[in-house]
Amino acid sequence: MDQIGLLLHGFSVALTWYNGGMMLVGIMLGVLVGVLPGLGAPNGVAILLPLTFGMPPTSAVIMLSCIYWGALFGGAITSILFNIPGEPSSVATTFDGYPLAQKGRAAEALTSAFTGSFIGALSGILLITFLAPLVARFALEFGPPEFFAVYLLTFCSFIGIGKSRPGKTILSMMLGFGMAAVGMDTMSGQLRLTFGRIELMQGIDFLVVVIGLFGLGEILVTMEEGLQFQGKSARIDPRIIFRTWGRLPRYWMTLARSALIGCWMGITPGGATAASFMGYGLAKKFSREPDKFGTGQMEGVLAPETAAHASGTSALLPMLVLGIPGSATAAVLLGGLMIWGLEPGPLLFVEQKDFVWGLIASMYLGNIAGLIVVLTTVPLFASILRIPFSIIAPMIIVVCAVGAYTVHNNMLDVWFMALFGIVGYFFKKLDYPLAPLVLSLVLGDKAEDAFRQTMLASKGSLAIFWSNWLVGSITAVALVMLLWPLISLLWRGKGDGAAISAPSVSG
Amino acid sequence: MEAKPEKASLLARWTSHRAVDAAVVVVTFLIGIAVMTDTYRLGAGWARGGPQSGYFPFRIGAIICIASAAIFARTLVGAHRRNEPFVQWRRLRLVLAILLPTLVYILGIQLLGIYVASALFIAGFMRIAGKYHWVKSALVGIATAAVLFWLFELEFLVPLPKGPLERLLGY
Repeated sequence: MDQIGLLLHGFSVALTWYNGGMMLVGIMLGVLVGVLPGLGAPNGVAILLPLTFGMPPTSAVIMLSCIYWGALFGGAITSILFNIPGEPSSVATTFDGYPLAQKGRAAEALTSAFTGSFIGALSGILLITFLAPLVARFALEFGPPEFFAVYLLTFCSFIGIGKSRPGKTILSMMLGFGMAAVGMDTMSGQLRLTFGRIELMQGIDFLVVVIGLFGLGEILVTMEEGLQFQGKSARIDPRIIFRTWGRLPRYWMTLARSALIGCWMGITPGGATAASFMGYGLAKKFSREPDKFGTGQMEGVLAPETAAHASGTSALLPMLVLGIPGSATAAVLLGGLMIWGLEPGPLLFVEQKDFVWGLIASMYLGNIAGLIVVLTTVPLFASILRIPFSIIAPMIIVVCAVGAYTVHNNMLDVWFMALFGIVGYFFKKLDYPLAPLVLSLVLGDKAEDAFRQTMLASKGSLAIFWSNWLVGSITAVALVMLLWPLISLLWRGKGDGAAISAPSVSG
Repeated sequence: MEAKPEKASLLARWTSHRAVDAAVVVVTFLIGIAVMTDTYRLGAGWARGGPQSGYFPFRIGAIICIASAAIFARTLVGAHRRNEPFVQWRRLRLVLAILLPTLVYILGIQLLGIYVASALFIAGFMRIAGKYHWVKSALVGIATAAVLFWLFELEFLVPLPKGPLERLLGY
């Protein structure tokens, strides 16, 4: 149980005035980007990342991860009050959250959403606290073949678990790899895919792509849908909070189930969106009165929020331990860590104890602070949403342009941001998942290095991926994941495959 | 008179959801070809010391082409062909109403600097799209630019692109 000692040390790192302040700033900004359409956690983090380069890495990561928690909390606010999910992961929250608000029970719905989020996050953090060091110790044995097999598993899981068509997931992923290859090849020094343009020599920065795809792209989609915020009153009476908390123990099964699903979906890159739908679907399936779902059930709010937040939190486990992010936001954070010179992976737990445990401790503190902040400031954020879109939209675009520029102080990046905004609009409308693209863009070079080192060692033979039980079993699981759509197709051909029906949403 | 509905249906066919779906994968197919030719030039095979620098991306390009072709085939014969329009004109106008000003705004950043361009962009968008009074629009625009300036030039010490106005003021 040396984790406890290390964790306590982590609290001493996280609990300075400076880091505590960064935590609060992060949470507030996070809720803000969570409630504003067009600004989600991935690009909120991407926009602010360049501004944190002057800060100590631990404080910077604490702030950026708090943006993530804040955004996960914030997504529920718009879902419940306005029937508009602020984040894809809170789509399922609208199903019962908005009906509750219409019945005048918005405060109850918000309280249970936030508390569910908190419980989900807490289970994710507990998982990280106790599992991450063990996995890290195990992963210290990994060589390039094992790492490439794990990358393969990550990418194949997207195909197996993702809700989009496998072909589109693969295409989106490969485009990410293609973009990652642009620029100088780190091994040979040759210029690749620059087509004679000097501007492309330093490659395409993932931050610019994220800001374009998730920022401008989202604004364009939002414009098309013609948003109008006509929300319910958002005041939360303290008495209602305690009354709602008093009723929570009744739903412990739902909470536990959702937390488990969320943790699983977070570690495998299933994503918070898929987790929230599964959480909702299972709560409905196991409920005694499934017909009442969709009309304003507490469980219908608790289940998806718990699962989404558990998944969003545990997505940081593979990121820290293996350097493989489980979600788009985790991918952006990972890119940030690499810029700071903190190479994520098992060695991080050995060499950067202060950083790792400070971050884990800040997850506990950040989520507690987040819960308090959202419970007390909902009216404030709800009133921000009542500002008309014709004021908010240009401001968000200005923020995106500034964010894209500050990545490299390069005007070309702003044009790239616009280009990827248009790409994002088309991809969203055509159901291409964006998370695999971001992930492969961030990991592309590392995956390629692992592959080339493996091939060097094996002199070009792919048999090395079966050379011992460890790498062999990872590769086997990866291939099962890759072929999963085919397997389930055959499966479904026999029986009635109406498992959990959920609308397809790219997360 | 008779030619008109036919023309409209032709347009509808070329702007349907699956037509756009197909068009996008044609573009990605070309991207895949471009990736393959450029990396083939660098050497996509095996050199004495190991894989050449085009080895990995060449295969990525190939998968891009295969995936694009597979999706293209689905848009032709798949069971889930979606013939409804990709986007309705009235909705597309809303999208263009923000996209085109954004492009002009980015051009404006290059010519006028980010602060002046942002103020003009926000004020202009509020005035034209939101029908606000021009005084209110101008105030919001200038205030946002001022906050940006304070935040980036003075607090974070991150210089943003500047233009003639800032030069005039001595920045």
